[in-house]
Amino acid sequence: MTTQGEPTQPIPEAELVQAIQQATDEVFTTMLNLTLTPGDMFVEKADPAPTSGVVSLIGLAGTWVGSGSLFCSAEFAIKIASALLMTEYEAMNEDVLDAVAEVTNMIIGNVKTALENRLGAMGLSTPTVIYGRNFQTRSTGTQEWTVVPFFLDGTRMCVQLCIAPNTDSTKKTTRTGFPIPHVLRS
Amino acid sequence: MLDVLIVDDSAAIRKILQRVLRQTDIPIGDVHEAGDGVEALEKMRQQSIGLVLSDINMPNMDGLEFLTKVRAEPDWQRIPIVMVSTEGTHAKVLEAVERGASGYVRKPFTAEQIKEKLAGLL
Repeated sequence: MTTQGEPTQPIPEAELVQAIQQATDEVFTTMLNLTLTPGDMFVEKADPAPTSGVVSLIGLAGTWVGSGSLFCSAEFAIKIASALLMTEYEAMNEDVLDAVAEVTNMIIGNVKTALENRLGAMGLSTPTVIYGRNFQTRSTGTQEWTVVPFFLDGTRMCVQLCIAPNTDSTKKTTRTGFPIPHVLRS
Repeated sequence: MLDVLIVDDSAAIRKILQRVLRQTDIPIGDVHEAGDGVEALEKMRQQSIGLVLSDINMPNMDGLEFLTKVRAEPDWQRIPIVMVSTEGTHAKVLEAVERGASGYVRKPFTAEQIKEKLAGLL
């Protein structure tokens, strides 16, 4: 296992996508008993357009730093909570947001585990979940987001990740929090 | 009857684990919940806990620090503590075992995995 090998080359896109797809598939089939259909990945370089729904964010920090997130509609979030908790939810509430946060935690946590063999140990922050209308999230930095969409009954969910070598040598220990500041605009 | 403490910052996971516990053949008494290590230690002092299921990544005090503090108390050294976490590297599992974890289940988990782990411990 690489611990402080300090790899600084970009991770191949295919490797990131595979890690995201495997982690997402495992979480949904194991804990939600749902099978998602993966869509074509894309790289997002510009700020995303304002949107509505639920976004759940988790920070990664270590020799490499970054963020992972899950974005979906309120409808999709309600499906996630209903399947995870085996309870039929009809509207957004705290249980639904908590379920989305935990699903994000498991997906990004497993992506992190898959990448740690190559990138060294990383810490994982606790998730932050935002639900709203007509909002926009952006990272203050130049990182590109690798976005992997998934479909369920015609609705879409995206799992996305941006990760880069930690250029600040004083911050190479693992810690929780968001190493890449996020801005929320509405 | 065995009183159980479930430690996880996710209410969803606490609810799922509680449901799984009720499906086992283990004579479960009261199930207590805590959202982090600090709250969990308080519950340990207040209740007679016979089994702990704990997450690792939590605010205020994480599961590994909680585990270390529990094992430092002579009265709590024999209580089975199973870590249930997304942290899945060999190094993290080893660290948990070295700090006194009785078992380790990686998230995502099936009900059967939890039941098997508990059956082997109790």
